[in-house]
Amino acid sequence: MFTEFFYELRSQGVPVSVNEWYTLLEALERGLAGSSLTGFYYLCRSVLVKSEVYYDKFDLAFARFFEGVETPEDLPEKIWEWLARELPDDHTIRMMGELKQYELDMLKKMLAERLARQNEEHHGGNYWVGTGGTSPFGHSGYHPGGIRLGGESRNHSAVKVAAQRRFAAFRDDATLDTRQFQMALRKLRQFTTRLEGPRTELDVEATIEATGNNAGRLKLIWNRPRQNAIKVLLLMDSGGSMLAYTRLCNQLFTAVNRSSHFKDLKIYYFHNCIYDWLYPDPACRQSESLKTLHVLNNLDSDYRVILVGDASMAPSELLRPGGIIDWGLNNEEPGLAWLQRIKQHFEHCVWLNPIPANYWQWMEGAYTIKLIGEVFPMYELTLNGLEKAVKKLKGRNS
Amino acid sequence: MKTTFNQFYGSATYIASQELQNSVNVAIALGKPLLIKGEPGTGKTMLAQSIADALGKRLIVWNIKSTTKAQEGLYVYDTVQRLYDSQFGDNDVSDISRYIKLGKLGEAFVSEDQVVLLIDEIDKADLEFPNDLLWELDQMSFYIPETKQTIQAKHRPIVVITSNAEKELPDAFLRRCIFHYIEFPDAERMKEIIRVHFPSLERKLLEQCLETFYWIRSLDNLQKKPSTSELLDWLQALVLGGIHPQRIGEEIPFLGVLLKKNQDVDALFWNLKNSRSGRKPSFYSR
Repeated sequence: MFTEFFYELRSQGVPVSVNEWYTLLEALERGLAGSSLTGFYYLCRSVLVKSEVYYDKFDLAFARFFEGVETPEDLPEKIWEWLARELPDDHTIRMMGELKQYELDMLKKMLAERLARQNEEHHGGNYWVGTGGTSPFGHSGYHPGGIRLGGESRNHSAVKVAAQRRFAAFRDDATLDTRQFQMALRKLRQFTTRLEGPRTELDVEATIEATGNNAGRLKLIWNRPRQNAIKVLLLMDSGGSMLAYTRLCNQLFTAVNRSSHFKDLKIYYFHNCIYDWLYPDPACRQSESLKTLHVLNNLDSDYRVILVGDASMAPSELLRPGGIIDWGLNNEEPGLAWLQRIKQHFEHCVWLNPIPANYWQWMEGAYTIKLIGEVFPMYELTLNGLEKAVKKLKGRNS
Repeated sequence: MKTTFNQFYGSATYIASQELQNSVNVAIALGKPLLIKGEPGTGKTMLAQSIADALGKRLIVWNIKSTTKAQEGLYVYDTVQRLYDSQFGDNDVSDISRYIKLGKLGEAFVSEDQVVLLIDEIDKADLEFPNDLLWELDQMSFYIPETKQTIQAKHRPIVVITSNAEKELPDAFLRRCIFHYIEFPDAERMKEIIRVHFPSLERKLLEQCLETFYWIRSLDNLQKKPSTSELLDWLQALVLGGIHPQRIGEEIPFLGVLLKKNQDVDALFWNLKNSRSGRKPSFYSR
């Protein structure tokens, strides 16, 4: 009966599956929605929607589908006038008791009937159409599951809740799939040999053998567990041109940060290109800067380096001494020299670029993209690109 | 199967919104796990306790850590103890079931009465963790190969799962849950919540605190917004400190209770200077 609602939801982009739909039908059969539209709304939402990101889309679909309830078309002009009047004291609202719940169709029919019979304004009270009061018709009154005609909702009781779209802020059109990034990063692992670390794992095979050799007296053999030996250095561009890609970069950052399987993870920031300094946070404050050389000297060459940046800058920033974009700073060596130094220090480096690869040829920064691409293998910052980059990082000789 | 709906209405120490009550009751009636998400400090974990209290059932808490494996929730076979006993102990090692220790989920299954099972912060665990529990939560049973025994739930436990959205949960898992997102309470509901915790709080103090609190929350350059639990701590501090309501808006005493990060404190004062010129904090100078 509501099947169209299912398709309405899907067309709004709420990922509803048939399973969940069956669950909803089962719930309706058991009468879990009560007989009010409000109850139905909350039931639908809790069964069908699985992330607050989709609450807004759900609200939209719901409001659209049940819109007939919201604004009856043929409402006489006069009714609107009555409803636009001042509200009476809302003491009636506090006196609300057990109110009858009506089915939607019933409500509509009753509304038509009552409008036909009503011939004066009515505010307060529990029967006629008007403001305040507990009649199922009108606004600012209290009647769970009643029809609200314009005006403000005071008690949040009618379908209006959906139309308020309180969850608009959570909306995020391209799905926040950090999970996929995480799954990709997960492949970045290389197990330790069993030569280092404490022996904490029971080796069952060896224990049986040793116990056997020991004439049946138990002898426990412990082993070193194999752990991921991969250490990661993440260098992120936080310059102005990167603003457009903040969300994408945040996703990557979150994914890397949550990947608990790395042996070590270091994150530094730079502004457009790397020169003498690196920064521990995206604000790139000079007062907190670290010498790039210091960082390089302190990190072994087996760190896997992931550079993230759009690689688009003025050629002078990359090629000329003193080309640094920040005021008051000077670089004696061009940015490219620094990049090459990083490449020499670390065995495995990749550059992830949030700009889609098919734009690299003719973007404004095409020239520097090409130059940097010659130093580091460059991949676009997509799931696919990340997977390729991870493969590259694992490779023996990159 | 006869189901009684509308079992849960919140409890004496926990104010649940109408929507939340609805979700809880739907989850109970359908026998599906209830997945709760929401900002930290909106009382996700408290909810399970409250359901247990309201329905008079025992609460079993399974705290998830980053190292927790799904298997641990079902049972653990203590092989080392058995090996050890076979050598030195006088226990009967032929009885394997002595060495099978049920986990929290197993405990909930074998309980004589229906229990409330809280799986707290499921997103802390490994990415695959929720998938490993799909069958057990669906069928409410699991098989122990060592003893050739099937543990079947006597009464379907009421399962409440909380998540801080640190990791995305797999779709297959989500499909089987009833989902509810706890919104941050608005000022009216917040008053109710505070009244539950501080029944005799002075009205003026409360108003002033809430005004300041929601003002701080409305600042958009904060990294971590203060939450309900921080507000309650703050009120506690203010009451104990005997602070006059007048002073709260002006100097925000015990600010450290509300804001935990240095940058946030800086951001707050930056806002104070800019938006409330003339009402500069008296104790802050640098």
